[in-house]
Amino acid sequence: MKYSEKVMDHFTNPRNVGEIEDADGVGVVGNAKCGDIMKMYLKIEDDVITDCKFKTFGCGAAIATSSMATELVKGHTIEEALKLTNQVVVEALDGLPPVKVHCSVLAEEAIKTAVADYYKKIGRPVDFEIEKEHDEE
Amino acid sequence: MKRFVYADNAATTPVSREVLDAMLPCFERDFGNPSSQHSLGIEAKDILDDARARIAAVLGCRADEIYFTSGGTESDNWAIKGAAMRMRAKGRTHIVTSKIEHHAVLHTCEALEKEGFEVSYVGVDSDGVVDLNELRSVVTDKTAVVAIMYANNEIGTIEPIEEIAEIAHAKGALCFTDAVQAVGNVDIDLSKSGVDMLALSGHKLHAPKGIGLLYIRKGVVISNLIEGGGQEKRKRGGTENLPYIVGLARALEIAKEKMPDLERVAAMRDRLIEALTAIPYSSLNGHRTKRLPGLVNVGFEFIEGESMLMWLDMAGICASTGSACSSASLDPSHVLLATGVPHERAHGSLRLSLSHDTTDADVDYIIENVAPIVEKLRNMSPLWEDVVKNKK
Repeated sequence: MKYSEKVMDHFTNPRNVGEIEDADGVGVVGNAKCGDIMKMYLKIEDDVITDCKFKTFGCGAAIATSSMATELVKGHTIEEALKLTNQVVVEALDGLPPVKVHCSVLAEEAIKTAVADYYKKIGRPVDFEIEKEHDEE
Repeated sequence: MKRFVYADNAATTPVSREVLDAMLPCFERDFGNPSSQHSLGIEAKDILDDARARIAAVLGCRADEIYFTSGGTESDNWAIKGAAMRMRAKGRTHIVTSKIEHHAVLHTCEALEKEGFEVSYVGVDSDGVVDLNELRSVVTDKTAVVAIMYANNEIGTIEPIEEIAEIAHAKGALCFTDAVQAVGNVDIDLSKSGVDMLALSGHKLHAPKGIGLLYIRKGVVISNLIEGGGQEKRKRGGTENLPYIVGLARALEIAKEKMPDLERVAAMRDRLIEALTAIPYSSLNGHRTKRLPGLVNVGFEFIEGESMLMWLDMAGICASTGSACSSASLDPSHVLLATGVPHERAHGSLRLSLSHDTTDADVDYIIENVAPIVEKLRNMSPLWEDVVKNKK
């Protein structure tokens, strides 16, 4: 599979790999059967994502999109993080092969799932959609 | 120190210098068309006949039982479609194959299903050996052809082809084997194997891509796939690819000469299997002993194959995987799934295929590199995190 230099950079030097022990929100998406699982940990203060870490089981694109997604939300408000679309992740990586676009969808969903987990913890209603259309896969 | 190690010989092989040297005169000097009546054509015909005779000697068959094709895929298509079409007239509208065949066979069978043929896909055991009892139960007097591979390309398991041929013949069906991975790695003697048809491809044994052959035992008649100008005894049209045919003949002779060296290759394979399966949560795919001498397939749990390949590639090691992420579909290898490997483990499979060119230093280098890559990927895998936590 031919990947952009950006994808290779994030694959070989993934940013923010790891766990946050006392995370405020955790999101797990994908399943082992399909070959991709992303787990996102968020640390949130005053609706700002102060820290974000990930663990991913998956291909090169899955690891690179996870890494890029953490960079794109870290230091940003929840509101901004919820606006993160998979296209933004793909563009930030200088593109993905068409068969790998579903990895960026997972990254978007992982962030949203982690935010939803945080909302549930603090008793805030989850007023956004998580699941994207998976038709393109 | 970084090396370059090509461990994907089951995908393709480089053309060897000896093969290339044998081919070169046919591009410039001996470029004639074997069908031409002039001296250049007659010379080309002699070269063609000589190559065919030499291949027959290697395979243990008659020269007039060899039909050159464009490769394994064409041979697979021709054998199965040709047998199906021919045998339909005799009321035989059933085809038997296995669940672990190459797509050139599986997709050919699926295409024939659309043409009204019935196809039985026989299962395999956990080692990838075809279930002979199931095979016996599905082959009937309606079966046109039993198409089962000589050795599997992904997991390396060698099938009991002589018994398979007997089962087919007991019901009057033809037996075809895709021997693309086996030729050069297993000493095949067609005078003893019992098969009616066999497909092989040049590029798996250091001949170029785009050349192969179909062996059709004398007396067996199948319909044509490619019509043309009467070449190959009117069975396969198209001007003979003389340089590549000469290359294929030389490559097969060299493979035969190098058979004793396969013991060394198998020893390297076993060393790799031992070292890689010593990594925790890993397992060998395919039969431990009935396997191709150069083929290693190990599954590593909690990680995904493409990521492994990318790291190996950066270390200079070319390998392959049965993960879905290396393909356009979301399903991992149909071969691994047929052996009962669960989806999640199939995604973490690594295939290394060695050749006569592989050295002990190459094997050491692979072993040195795989374990740290597996560890690195596991350390960022949420599945591994769960394993570690449960242990604590």
